[in-house]
Amino acid sequence: MGLLDNIRLAFASLWAGKLRALLTMLGIIIGIGSVIAILTVGDSLTGTINDSMQGLGVSNITVSLTEKSDEEDADSSGGVSVRIFGPSQPADEDLMTDEMISDYRALFGDQVSAVSLSASLGSGTAELDTTSLNVSATGVNLDYQTANNINITNGRFLNQRDLDGEKKVCVVPDTFAEALLGEGVDPIGSSFDLTVGAKVLRCYIVGVYEQEENGTVSLLGSQTSYPIYLPLSTVKTLTGAADGYESFTVVGSDLENNSQFLQQTEDFFASYYTRNPSWTVSASSLESMVSTVTEMISTVQLAIAAIAAISLLVGGIGVMNIMLVSITERTREIGTRKALGAPGWAIRLQFITESVVICLVGGVIGILLGLALGSWGSNLLGYAARPSLLAIAVSVGFSMLIGIFFGYYPASKAAKLDPIDALRYE
Amino acid sequence: MERENRAATPPCPQGQPLVAIHDLVKTYFVGRPNELEILHGIDLTVWPGEFVAIVGESGSGKSTIMNIIGALDRPTRGSYLLDGVDIERASDRQLSAIRNRKIGFVFQTFNLIGRTSAQKNVELPLLYAGVPARRRAARARELLEMVGMGDRAKHQPNELSGGQKQRVAIARAMACDPPLLLADEPTGALDTQTSRTVMDLFHKLHRERGKTIILITHNPALAEECERILTLQDGRIVSQRKGAGYHGLA
Repeated sequence: MGLLDNIRLAFASLWAGKLRALLTMLGIIIGIGSVIAILTVGDSLTGTINDSMQGLGVSNITVSLTEKSDEEDADSSGGVSVRIFGPSQPADEDLMTDEMISDYRALFGDQVSAVSLSASLGSGTAELDTTSLNVSATGVNLDYQTANNINITNGRFLNQRDLDGEKKVCVVPDTFAEALLGEGVDPIGSSFDLTVGAKVLRCYIVGVYEQEENGTVSLLGSQTSYPIYLPLSTVKTLTGAADGYESFTVVGSDLENNSQFLQQTEDFFASYYTRNPSWTVSASSLESMVSTVTEMISTVQLAIAAIAAISLLVGGIGVMNIMLVSITERTREIGTRKALGAPGWAIRLQFITESVVICLVGGVIGILLGLALGSWGSNLLGYAARPSLLAIAVSVGFSMLIGIFFGYYPASKAAKLDPIDALRYE
Repeated sequence: MERENRAATPPCPQGQPLVAIHDLVKTYFVGRPNELEILHGIDLTVWPGEFVAIVGESGSGKSTIMNIIGALDRPTRGSYLLDGVDIERASDRQLSAIRNRKIGFVFQTFNLIGRTSAQKNVELPLLYAGVPARRRAARARELLEMVGMGDRAKHQPNELSGGQKQRVAIARAMACDPPLLLADEPTGALDTQTSRTVMDLFHKLHRERGKTIILITHNPALAEECERILTLQDGRIVSQRKGAGYHGLA
């Protein structure tokens, strides 16, 4: 008696008791379904986080001044330079200087791919004729482009001459250019009035960059605030800020050993502050934070999946129960089969196949249900659904294992039935 | 008693007997306080092509001897050779194979598998014999045709009458073309008319196909149709005689 015959037999037997089979499968369906749904939502979450971090440069190291105190709350994140809104501001002599940075570059050489410096000018408006747009203006150096993956689509990024000459030029997002000048107009060379606080300056557009549409664009009600970039020196002169930085971003060239490089960077800058009474320097990267978050999600996911797996166990016991009932009901059939020459292994195989088929069909229904539920859940949370192929494969394998495990005992019981007793059974 | 048992020796001693039972004892609950000896030294020889009836009151040991002849049970003592194979020494797997190839069972309660078509029921022994699906189906249809059930092949047991079910069961017993048909009260659940049809079928298989048939019954009229009648009483064969004969088929 071949496996195919057994499978056919099992399906026929399931079909004969449709409702019973469905109810038996329910435990498996719920178990597999919830595991798949949870894994799908979890994977979508981590996947989306990883993807959105990719554009922000997860390996970028943020070097920032932190207050020497027990409450170290300066670890706030952001791919771009981190501003510290602490209770106290560092004094001008506490800031990190250009000398420190050039020493740093000299010491680490090739290990440093970019040191991105920036200073915020603040939020303001850009006006041209009757159009007025909200902007947030930032002064940046040349490495800023590398560190933040700024993709110039038209014109150029700021250059050394802009910086040296403290020129009133800027690089703007494509959406801004379109909103300001209208579609199809070449924005390069156009100018607008930039108003930040009491300061007004006429700014010339030298480049347009592609603004990525992701959740990090700040929304002020329905009005978007466009990030525009000016030369760092221009902004410093405008604001009259001291010649130093509260924070900046470093991009390492060897991303494999980024965490080691991060530590070296922190140690280097902190060494300037050993005598400083209230400030020191810390370095952090999104990468380390992302991996912490991802690990956390995975742990939670695993924990919930483990709880869901308990329902699989319950489902398996249900299958075993129904198999025992089925075998009792079909005792005469088993006796007849034995009288007709069925060896014990054939009977065992028949009932194990039946139990595996129950579990597999339940598993497949569960997977479909879980995928539907998981996709729905992911969409509800605003993420693209990512069905985990591994989870599906494992589920199929696991439901087969449940079938074999919980079917083995009843099937063996059937195989060991004495044909005489079985034939006499009423 | 001894003499009568000895008298049950073969009437036509030629070749190898199909069933050769010697001094067979069957005891239940061996070694326990409720030990119970059902068969006390049975000698029985059935030759190929014979049609033998075993009659006896209930409790006489009919079912026990039937189970042993059918290789469903092993004797406690004595020897049983079925077509030359020692049943006592056969493993469970060998017994399964013997039941499959050498014996065709016909039960009082038909024992067809429910929710399974007549044809699939007939195919069952062939399935366990490892016959491929196409040949199984062809053989089953041929046998159903032979028992006059060709047009009912796709019917399920609950769509058939008692007589029809028993005819399907006989077709199933014939599936692997076993040398021995073992019928335990095959007409016990049937009315007179359908009993007749079923008995006629047995005679036909006996005469036309040369099947050896052992019929266990408590109906004396049906037993009389057989060539030889053995009477079982309290676990012993107490008499053995020729039947009046069957005149139903030309």
